[in-house]
Amino acid sequence: MTTTSSAEHTRRDFLFVATGAVAAVGTAAVIWPLISQMNPDASTIAAGAPIEVDLAPIAEGQDIKVFWRGKPIYIMNRTKKQIDEARSVPTASLPDPASDQSRVKEGHDQWLVVIGICTHLGCIPIAHEGDYDGFFCPCHGSQYDSSGRVRRGPAPLNLPVPPYAFVSDSKIKIG
Amino acid sequence: MSGPSTYQPTNPALQWIERRLPIIGLIHSSFVAYPTPRNLNYWWTFGGILSFMLGVQIVTGVILAMHYTPHVDMAFNSVESIVRDVNYGWLLRYLHSNGASMFFIAVYIHMLRGLYYGSYKEPREILWILGVIIYLLMMATGFMGYVLPWGQMSFWGATVITNLFSAIPYVGDSIVTLLWGGYSVGNPTLNRFFSLHYLLPFVIAGVVVLHVWALHVAGQNNPAGVEPKTEKDTVPFTPYATIKDGFGMVCFMIFYAWFVFYIPNYLGDPDNYIMANPGVTPAHIVPEWYYLPFYAILRSIPSKLGGVICMFGAILVLAFLPWLDNAKTRSSRYRPIAKQFFWMFVAVCVLLGWLGAQPAEGVYTIASRILTFCYFAYFLIVLPILSRIEKPRTVPNSIADDVLAKYGKKVASAIVALVLAGGLVAGSMQDAKAQEHGGPVPPSLSWSFAGPIGKFDRGALQRGYKVYKEVCSTCHSMNLLHFRNLADEGGPGFSTAQAQAVASDVKVQDGPNDAGDMFDRPGRLADKFPAPFPNEQAARAANGGALPPDLSLIAKARGYDRGFPQFVFDFFKQFQEKGPNYVTALLQGYVDPPPKDFALPAGSYYNTYFPGHAIKMPKPISDDQVTYDDGTPQKVDQYAKDVATFLMWTAEPHLEARKRLGLQVMVFLIIFAGLMYFTKKKVWANAH
Ligand code: FES
Repeated sequence: MTTTSSAEHTRRDFLFVATGAVAAVGTAAVIWPLISQMNPDASTIAAGAPIEVDLAPIAEGQDIKVFWRGKPIYIMNRTKKQIDEARSVPTASLPDPASDQSRVKEGHDQWLVVIGICTHLGCIPIAHEGDYDGFFCPCHGSQYDSSGRVRRGPAPLNLPVPPYAFVSDSKIKIG
Repeated sequence: MSGPSTYQPTNPALQWIERRLPIIGLIHSSFVAYPTPRNLNYWWTFGGILSFMLGVQIVTGVILAMHYTPHVDMAFNSVESIVRDVNYGWLLRYLHSNGASMFFIAVYIHMLRGLYYGSYKEPREILWILGVIIYLLMMATGFMGYVLPWGQMSFWGATVITNLFSAIPYVGDSIVTLLWGGYSVGNPTLNRFFSLHYLLPFVIAGVVVLHVWALHVAGQNNPAGVEPKTEKDTVPFTPYATIKDGFGMVCFMIFYAWFVFYIPNYLGDPDNYIMANPGVTPAHIVPEWYYLPFYAILRSIPSKLGGVICMFGAILVLAFLPWLDNAKTRSSRYRPIAKQFFWMFVAVCVLLGWLGAQPAEGVYTIASRILTFCYFAYFLIVLPILSRIEKPRTVPNSIADDVLAKYGKKVASAIVALVLAGGLVAGSMQDAKAQEHGGPVPPSLSWSFAGPIGKFDRGALQRGYKVYKEVCSTCHSMNLLHFRNLADEGGPGFSTAQAQAVASDVKVQDGPNDAGDMFDRPGRLADKFPAPFPNEQAARAANGGALPPDLSLIAKARGYDRGFPQFVFDFFKQFQEKGPNYVTALLQGYVDPPPKDFALPAGSYYNTYFPGHAIKMPKPISDDQVTYDDGTPQKVDQYAKDVATFLMWTAEPHLEARKRLGLQVMVFLIIFAGLMYFTKKKVWANAH
């Protein structure tokens, strides 16, 4: 090997950089499908389509649990007393302030539909237990009221309301 | 891996680590500074390629295991749902299934290279034996992996191979029962094979570490077969060997990608797209191509125990090679007679592979016996004698001398020979099919979805769906198809609303409801196409005792022979359309009345293309039976072609995505290979 001109040096460096860059792009492109496969597959997504629930069999003061996308959904037919309790408490005093009206559908005030997963660490609260006529989580003692709002315990947020709509007076569509 | 390292990092943090765990030094001395002979040719890149393939198989395998269900009732469908529903599942599955073949191609080249250049000779005996152990582990792993999809070949392969152990005197049957965990191949067998198939690759990786360690102690052999003596004989591993191996790897990836994206089922058996059925053995059981030579040896011996001993002996004899061949000269380059015998041995292996796929009868058995003798004679007679009597040519003084002499340029012809040989083996499996199939071969039609940029003809898919719905679906199930698939990209192009409408026209059984009763409801997008009969018995009862096969995979589960040399061209032409050709031909193949000399069993119909000709399905469709709205002629040949297109889509719903991605990958790899080539040249310019 004799002396190398600087022009040849530049050409060589460019070649090395280009090869390295293409290798990097290739590696990144390979990683994409390897990660993407962990996402829900097509059958899981299809199974997560909206479901319809018939409310007729749920008597006043009772509740049912249905599953949507693998999550338990509480549907509660609240008594007058439960509704009044939920509406009489000053919203501002709550850990996660929200009015009861904002958590139900207008004209269907007796129906509470919430995702029954404790906002603390994901246990399933028990309905009709606790001091607030609502839900009690056995894991670490969080308590939710008859509107599904957190009132006491380590849970930071209210029980979330899933997307749903009334198709008729006695039928809802969740999702 | 060869003694304490002299490497000292300059970075203080690295120094801190290095004093406590000299891992960077280890890597540096093994893969950077490690001196590698400067005259290595491209056959030496297969070691790196093999490590790469092991990595690919482990990564794709671990991912597939996240989605796979090892249960006899669910395994087959779980593999199909990987391919159909998991994001890039088809890619991962094809990478893994073809990866096994690539792994074996690479290992065979690697082994033959060792054989040719005498890489097993002193001081590399242990290195070689570790390699034989890795090869045995690979065979076990590959075999158990092939069982997991639980197709017909999986099941019967497992049955036949495990039964090999029953040949052992006295304890054979107990061993077989132990392997099965039952009285036949069943769920316990599948579960343990899954567990071991997951375990063994890591054992292989462990032995590979020992293999590389032994390699780095003894140093690499080289084409001249003389040990490096001075600095001038070697170059540092990085960048020289790294970049060369890298270039070899990228070239190999192009070959690999060709299979994965364009001919993913070329090396597979159509029967494995039929779910395992313990009651029916496929007419012709063929193992995967990489076992064929040993399978031929097994069958050539007329005694059960003898066959098994010879088969295992054929592999074990490799471990004794360092002591069977005593010749001082390593490389066959300088051994004129040994070189010729080497190529004869390669030919014997290839021919044995070809015979392994032929029916075990007549002339094939005799040929297998002769070649089995030749195989063993090479190791037990030829090599020991040659090492005494052969007069080698003069070996170069040093590697540097060898580089200057620029020895031999026969690589190209060797590659051609190997490619032809490989093609012969691959094609022989199809030859075997022909023997039992008989009858005329379905004509090859032109399909819009064939070739590297093929796409489905939407109109044909929609018409085919109509034919399927109005005709086929009265008897045949379509278990793997969901209504949502009709709206999938690359499918018949229904809108979601249209697919929804198709679904809600159908009654689907659901339940139990609160009262504990099953009830019917309109179908949803997430539902499967319902089967026409509630169970197999009902289907048989309604169809004269024959079970109408599920049609989801039929276009991949049927094949026929293409013969030599057609199958070699098929590799290059990416021919994958046997199934659709067969379906189209079958639907038009009815002859009434049957040929005079053919005794047609009662309740059967004569079909030219059906194996054995007597089919239970009456002619299913005639002209004008299905109304086409788009003005396409309503003739049987058109119906047949449309429904075959539709069935190809149901069998391979991501075909378009596969070919599209394939093109991108190919373009990328070719550019990358070009860059690697020039980089390699630039790097090596300093070494010459
Ligand atoms: S999970 Fe409910 S209180 Fe902790």
